[in-house]
This record gives sequence, C-alpha cells and structure tokens, in this order.
Amino acid sequence: MNRAQTKLTQGIDWPIVGLYLALVIIGILSIFAAEYRGEDNIWQDIIHPSKNYSRQIIWFGVSIVLASIIWLTDSKFFTATANLAYLGGILLLLLVLGIGKDVKGSHSWLVIGGFQFQPAELTKLCTNLALAKYLSSQETDFTKLRSRLIAAAIALVPAGIIILQDETGLALVYFSLFLVMYREGLPGILLVIAFSAIVLVLSALLVDKTVLFSIFTIITALVIYFSRREIKRKRSRLAVILGVYAFCGLFVMFVVPFVFTKVLKDYQVRRIEVMLGKENDPKATYNTRQSMIAIGSGGIWGKGYLKGTQTRYDFVPEQSTDFIFCTVGEDFGFVGSLIFLGIYVALLFRIIFIAERQRSTFTRVYAYGVASIIFFHLAINISMTIGLAPVIGIPLPLVSYGGSSLMTFTMLIFILLRLDADRQMVLR
Amino acid sequence: MSVFNQSRRRVIQLIILGMITLIICRLFYLQVVEKKYAKLADANAVLRKVVYPSRGIIYDRKNRSILSNDVLYDLVVTPASVKNIDTAYLCNILSIDKEEFKKRIVTAIIKNGRVRQSVFAPLLAPEIFGQLQESMYLFQPGFELVPRQIRAYPYPAAANILGYIAEISPAMLKDTANYSSYNSGDYIGFTGLERTYESVLMGQRGISYLIKDNLNRPQGAYENGEFDSAAIAGKNLRLSLDIDLQMLGEKLMKGKSGSIVAIDPQTGGILAMVSGPSFDPNLLTGPYRSANFNKLYLDTTKPLFNRAIQATYPPGSTFKPMIALVGLDEGVITPSFGYPCYGAYYGCTRPIKCEHHDPGHAANLRLALSHSCNAYFSHVFRLSVDAAKFGGIRVGGMQKWADYMNSFGFGHRIGVDIPSEGRGLVPDKKYYDARYKGSWNSCTSVFLGIGQGELLLTPLQMANAMCIVANRGSYYIPHFVSSIDNDDTHLLDKYKEKHDVAHITDTAYSAVIHGMTDVVESGTGRVAQIDGITIGGKTGTAENYGIVNGVRTKLKNHAVFVAFAPAEKARIAIAVIVENSGFGAKYAAPIASLMMEQYLKDSISTKRQPLMKSVMETVTIDAAMLAKSHLDSLNKNAVIKKKTP
Repeated sequence: MNRAQTKLTQGIDWPIVGLYLALVIIGILSIFAAEYRGEDNIWQDIIHPSKNYSRQIIWFGVSIVLASIIWLTDSKFFTATANLAYLGGILLLLLVLGIGKDVKGSHSWLVIGGFQFQPAELTKLCTNLALAKYLSSQETDFTKLRSRLIAAAIALVPAGIIILQDETGLALVYFSLFLVMYREGLPGILLVIAFSAIVLVLSALLVDKTVLFSIFTIITALVIYFSRREIKRKRSRLAVILGVYAFCGLFVMFVVPFVFTKVLKDYQVRRIEVMLGKENDPKATYNTRQSMIAIGSGGIWGKGYLKGTQTRYDFVPEQSTDFIFCTVGEDFGFVGSLIFLGIYVALLFRIIFIAERQRSTFTRVYAYGVASIIFFHLAINISMTIGLAPVIGIPLPLVSYGGSSLMTFTMLIFILLRLDADRQMVLR
Repeated sequence: MSVFNQSRRRVIQLIILGMITLIICRLFYLQVVEKKYAKLADANAVLRKVVYPSRGIIYDRKNRSILSNDVLYDLVVTPASVKNIDTAYLCNILSIDKEEFKKRIVTAIIKNGRVRQSVFAPLLAPEIFGQLQESMYLFQPGFELVPRQIRAYPYPAAANILGYIAEISPAMLKDTANYSSYNSGDYIGFTGLERTYESVLMGQRGISYLIKDNLNRPQGAYENGEFDSAAIAGKNLRLSLDIDLQMLGEKLMKGKSGSIVAIDPQTGGILAMVSGPSFDPNLLTGPYRSANFNKLYLDTTKPLFNRAIQATYPPGSTFKPMIALVGLDEGVITPSFGYPCYGAYYGCTRPIKCEHHDPGHAANLRLALSHSCNAYFSHVFRLSVDAAKFGGIRVGGMQKWADYMNSFGFGHRIGVDIPSEGRGLVPDKKYYDARYKGSWNSCTSVFLGIGQGELLLTPLQMANAMCIVANRGSYYIPHFVSSIDNDDTHLLDKYKEKHDVAHITDTAYSAVIHGMTDVVESGTGRVAQIDGITIGGKTGTAENYGIVNGVRTKLKNHAVFVAFAPAEKARIAIAVIVENSGFGAKYAAPIASLMMEQYLKDSISTKRQPLMKSVMETVTIDAAMLAKSHLDSLNKNAVIKKKTP
C-alpha cells in the first residue's frame, strides 16, 4: 500500500502542490469572509450550496478529481491531443458566439444543466498546449518570420473570437503568451516597442496634444543634434529618426483618438479614464474607489480575519470574483498582502525553475505559458484593485470565486506537474 | 537555441519582480503612507447614531408630573426603496397631492441622498398615525414610522412658566460659544423653565456606532459597542408650584387681562404664576406647534406675554406698607406716628385727595394703613426722602429711598428662574435730575408715596414685597424649582440665600401687619376674608395712563390686591392685578382670597363657590379686543388625542 502510494506520487513537484493548495484555501477563506454574516449557519450553508464559498468548496473538490485524473494520464496524451484540443477550443468559442448566454454584459457563457461555464477560460489551456506543440515541433524554426507569425496567430485567434464575445479582459490574457515567444527567441526589440507603445498611449491620454507634440519635436531635435556626426556619415539615420518622429506624432494625434472613439466601447474608455484619474464621476469611479478604501483601510497589520468592514458589507462590488484581493488587503493589511504576493511570486519562480530544467521544448514552452498566464492575471487583477490598471474583469488565479477559472488553472498547473514528472522523456 | 535564450529567463523574472515591486509600492502607499482610507472606510461603514436622552420631567410640589414626554411618530422615507407603492393612497392619508409628494421626495434626495432616511412627514397627528400604521405594509420598505419624543403637558396650565421646546434655529447654531453641543435638528428649550434649565433637562446625548452595509442598513454594533456612550436622561425638576392652584388661578383669570403671583414666603418658592388670559401648553407641542404659535403670537389678547414678570404696573395703594417700612427703618416715624388728615394732603401745591375725612383715621400707622390714608403716606414719604441725616432729597434722600426700593427687589430683575423678566421702574436721584434738570423737590415725587407717579412694578415684585412684610424684613428670590434630582449644579444656590432688607423692630412690623389685617377684617378688603384664617392684605386701585392716538390718556384703573396669610406665620404671599377693571377690592381681592383658600385649605368652601363662579364668569377684557381673539377656540382644540400605538 505504502509502496504503491510512493510510486503513485513519484516525480510530483511538492512545492507547487503546496503553493497551489495555499492559494485555493486562501481563496475559499476570502470568499467566506466576503459573504459571511454573524448570524449565518456555516454548516447549513456548506451542505446546501447556497453561498459562493460553499460552491467554491465544491469546485475545489471537482478540481482535485480533475487533478487526479490528469496525474494518472500519460504525458504523451497531452502532446498528442494538443492541436485537437486547440481546434475543439476554437469550435467551442465559436459555438458560444452562436448560442452563448449573456452574463453581466459579456456573451461568453455556456449553460449546461444549470451550470454556467466560460469556454474562454478553458481555451487558455488549449492555446497554451497548441503553442507548445507548434514551437516544439521539429519543423519549426523560430528564427524565421513565418514561424513567428504562425505562433502569434495561434495565440491571437482565440483572443479575437473572445473580443467578439465582449470579454476583452480575458482576450488580453492571450497577449501574455508573447512572453513565452520572447523566451523562445522573439527579438527583444519587440518588448521595447511594446513598452514604448504603452507609454505613448498613456501620454497621449494624459498630456495635452500640443505640449506632447512640442516634447516630441524637442527630443527629435536633440537626438539629431547629438548624432549629427553619425548622420553625416550615414544619411539613412536621419530618415529613421524622422520616421520614428513622424510615427509617434501620427500615433498620438490620430491613432489613439481613433481607437478611443471608434474602436473601444464607451465603458472601456471610461474605465481607462478612471484609472488615469481623468474621470471623477463617482459612479464610474465607485468600484475602484471602494476597493482602494477597503485595501487602504487595512493598514500595516490589517483589521484581522472577518473584521473587515468594507469587504464584509458589500461596499466593494464583485467582491468574491474580481475584487477578492480586497479581503486580503483589508483583513491582513500590508504585511498580509506581502505574504500573499510572496506566495504567487514563489509559484511563478518555481514554474520558471521547472521550465528551465526540461529537456523537451514542449514542456518548457508550456511551463512558460502557464507562468505568463498566471502572471498576467495576477498583475492586472491586483493592479486594478489598487487603481493601477483599468477595471478589466479577469479573476485572480486560484483565489477568485468561479468554477471555470479554478478548474482551468488547476488543469494548467497539474498538466505541467504531469509533464514535469516525465521530464526525462523528450516530448513533442 | 534554448541555451542561447536561457538568459532571457532572467529578463522574464525581472519583469515579474518589477511588476510585483510596482504593486508593493502602491500597496505601501495605500496601506501605510496614506491614512485617509481608514477614515473613509469608517465613514463608509460606521453609522454614527445620536441616541437622544429623554428630557427631564417636571413635577409640581405634590409630585404630580406637569411636564413629561410623549411619543409621536415621524414618517421617514428612503427614496431608493420607494417602489411600486400606492402613491395616491399614501397622499390621501397624509392629505397631500402628488405634486407635494414628488416635491418631498426630491427634497429628501437633495438633503440626505437616495439611500439614507429623511423625514417625509414629521410628528404625525395621532389619527393620521393610526391610519398609516394599519396600512404601513403597503408602503414598506421605502417608508417607515420612526418614534420621536415630544413634550407632553398633562395639565392644560402653566404654559408660560414651563415654556416650550423647538428645533434649534440656524442663528443659534452659529453661536458656537453657547450652542456648540447642538446639531441641526436638535430641540432646545425656548422659553420658561425649559429654557432656564435646558442644561439640566436635556440630559446627555449618547452615541452608538453601528456597522452599516453599502445601502446604509445597520448590521449590528461596531466593535461590540466598545465606543458607544449611553444617553443619560435629563434630570427631573421638582417645583414649588401647585398645579391645582395654578389651574384655579388660570380659570379665575379667564376673560381678564392681568396676573396672579403667589409665593411661599418661607422659601421664596412660587406657588402659582398666572398671566391672564392663559393658553393650553399643549398648543405648543406636537404637529401643530408652529401654526399654533403664530396664532397665539398674533392674538389680540397677547397670551404669550407673561404679564406676571413682563408687564409693569403702578402698585397704587398696595405700595403703602413699603412706604411705612422705609419710614420705620430710617427712623423718621414710629408705629404711633399720626397725621391729621382732613380729606386731602395739602403739603404740596396740588392737594392729594383721601377717601376719609375724620382726622382720627390716620392717628397711628395701623389706622393709617387700614384706612389707606393718602395724606399720611404722602407725608411719610416726604419725611423719608427729606430726612436731614441724608442731606435732603437732592443730596442723598431720594437715592437712599431708591436704594431701599432696590433692596426690596424693585427696579431691577429680581432673578426668577424663567427668562424675560421685566425690571419695572424705581425713579432715583439721577432720574429726577435728568427729567427736571435739577429743579425738583419731594413734592415732585410725592406721588410715589401712594404708589403712583413714575413707579412701575411687575406683579412678581409686588408679591415679593408681601413676602418681605410677612417675613418681617427678609425674602428669598422667588423661584419655581425647589430641587433638581441628583443635582450637581449650583443653579439653585442663589435661591437658598436669605436677603435681609430692613431692620425694624418686631413691634414696628406688628403695626404694619396689624394695619393690613385690619384691611381685611374691617377695611377695604373685607371680601378677601376666609373663615379661620387671619389675612393681611392691601387693596389698590392703580391709576394708569396710556397713549391713545398719540395723546396721554387716563385709562380705566387696574385693580390690585396684595395679601399674605396666615398673618401670624405666612405660608402664602400673593399679588393680583386685573387690568383696566376698576376697584381692587371688587376684582382683585376675591381672586387673591380664593387662591389663598385653595392653597391653605386645599379646596374652596361651598359657601364661596358662587363667588368663585361669578369671578370666573366676569369678563373685563375690552369687548372689541375679545371679539377678535381666537384664544378660546384654540384652547378648546388643544388637547392632543392620545392614542397609543
């Protein structure tokens, strides 16, 4: 018996399992804290799943079953079915587009026998598998532009469909897969360009256009002045500099306003403006404001578990799902938040550590994918609760209430553990 | 290839750490540096609720509560929760139209927002409350009935004494030196004892902190009530007032302008203070307070004017005992001093007429008092002010006399414990110097000797003068409150202090007192007699002048009667004034007598019932004025129909 058990769990990465359990349990406790009222009968609520925390406990149970099944599956199954899963995922997304149900303004839910299910969550897994499959195949040469475009397409096709479902937040997650591609050889300049683009968009929104244009002109003039010798030697330099200058100008003057008035939806524009402090309408800022009050009022040590006044009394909307971090922030304060973030960082670094010890590219790419997706969720979700990012409805991995999300992340992590356990094999 | 890119692992780790660091910095700012969020959170989640204490109850001398608390209900609205209700029905119950309904909702939203409660209809009349309560389920949860304490007056009397409370005015709120502890919407005593003893009656407001949710619904005590402070009820006042006596007085003064003040000379405690005509204090509480106030304020009979302390009258002959006291104290006369009066006083240019002609009627002080000899007291007054030891009237004599008057409590506020007391007028040296530019003598002021001239007293001062006579030279400042339950203030200290004002031998007092008992035994005040009780009294018929159409005109005399009983050791001293009625003996003396009988014997004898009835029915107020007055109909409708929920 004992021997059999040892054999059964052989190769499992216990640190990951520990961190996983820690986060899920923190999640359930936080959901409980957000909902619990003094007079509630806990046992009755757990038996009759009328409350979010009791439902989350059930989802946790389902997730463990799922994890066990994955653990008992052969690693080769995942490489073999990666493309199939991707195809299935895309079809599912298209199906939702057809017969999906609207929940809170997004057309991304399937209803199966009373349960709501969001395929966009699951396709993260499929896409990650497909990307790993493609990048690890022997025909792929990732130094070639063609391969890079295909890889990008794999990541962005589901994102496109999800945007059509009005679930922009979840779609953005797929962009995190570029981090994986960067690890696999995408030029570093892309990161610089992406970063510059973000800076440009923000400055276009925050700074007056004429002022911004003057700043660009001054910078360009200075650059030309300091590199005048180089320009003398090489005329094309000037063209490049002027090209960048022109692009920045056009981008700021036309592209950003165009995107903001024509492409983005009203509420999205407003959320971004709220985040930037441009919008002061109390209704628009309500969520962020309440969330910041809840977290800010936690202080250094927090108010203590179940002592929070903001998170327990419905001041923060979407308390159990998108704004679950408020509970941690309010009840456990700055110190508690540090520890909480520490758990995530440990999880991410452990996953990267695992990724780098793989022999097979498939597992490495897959592992980086898992890390990227978790990191993106974490960064955006927490940033939005503390007013650093616009309110994008994406959950905090493993902690936020929601069955689709919890199961997807469980599968992401346990497939990684399964693959890692077979790291001596070369999987393609 | 993967080996080549391995360094990028570091870059990715750095990106992660960079982002986390950014988040940590932001968290550090939010949670550690910036303190406002904790306050905002409390503002969000902690409901600071003022718990109003019940106001102190006021008891009369026989421990009957004469001012207590009652509960009325406010209809409050939470605009956000008003959904699918039968607006028309609600409007019908409240007798308002839909426009008014909308207006009130909008006002409520502007005042307190959509999710907080605002008063929709304050202090519902009991019949409206009854109707609403039956159908309240139709209007919930947007509307609720919230109990609110109001003042209740179990007896329809003593309105001007007890005073009323009303919402604190914006002007008072701005006066932070005096009203810093009040909030807008608080009630405060505006007049009477409610005002004077506000600090004692109001009690101490408590504060309870409640946790609330995002819709302001209370969810329980904050921190288990650790920061709550309980409301401390206001302290009860116990008065010297006898409510039976007060009610009798008010009935006796019905249809008359004037006043009754009755004081217990041994303590200075006021037994009754009537200002006629009076109104039911219940008019100034509950839902119709401000409407009633306006009606009372505008009424031709001026019921809000507390004549007992605010009106001033010439005392007339009732002042003669005081003239005697001054003469005796200064030593210018003795009780056996006599004056040969032949029907008038001829000491000054114009003779001052006297009712009696036989020269023996003023053979000594006792006789002069009982016959109310004008010549005698004109002479005594002149002797007092012209006395050589003060250097004559213009040097010190007049001032000395005025000082006596001041020490008797005349010419200044005596210090009763209700506000708005009048000063009256005692002319002194400065007064005559200014008025006659230095050319005046004792003949100028000789009318003071018979209680006329420039002299003006409040009824309270007249009653207090009787205390001085009855007590043989001392008084306590008249006051209503004899004790405060659990008193830790010094509010009552000044009322415990005895004031000695004249130092005259007992025989001299006996002469004054006997003169006054003779008034009732055999003189002008015989109507005041009560079986088995010796009464000292003095009638007065005060001439008075008013400005009618810009001309100084003599108006109908005020009837005045002052008395104390029993004469041996007085338990009640009283002053009665019936304005513009005629002889003191006819109108004022019976009222004083009935009051004393009620107080000393606890009832009016059968023999005197007809007198009481006829006094009550006597109307002396000008018919034209009375015709325009709505006081009677107001008083009849005053009683709040109590209906317990």
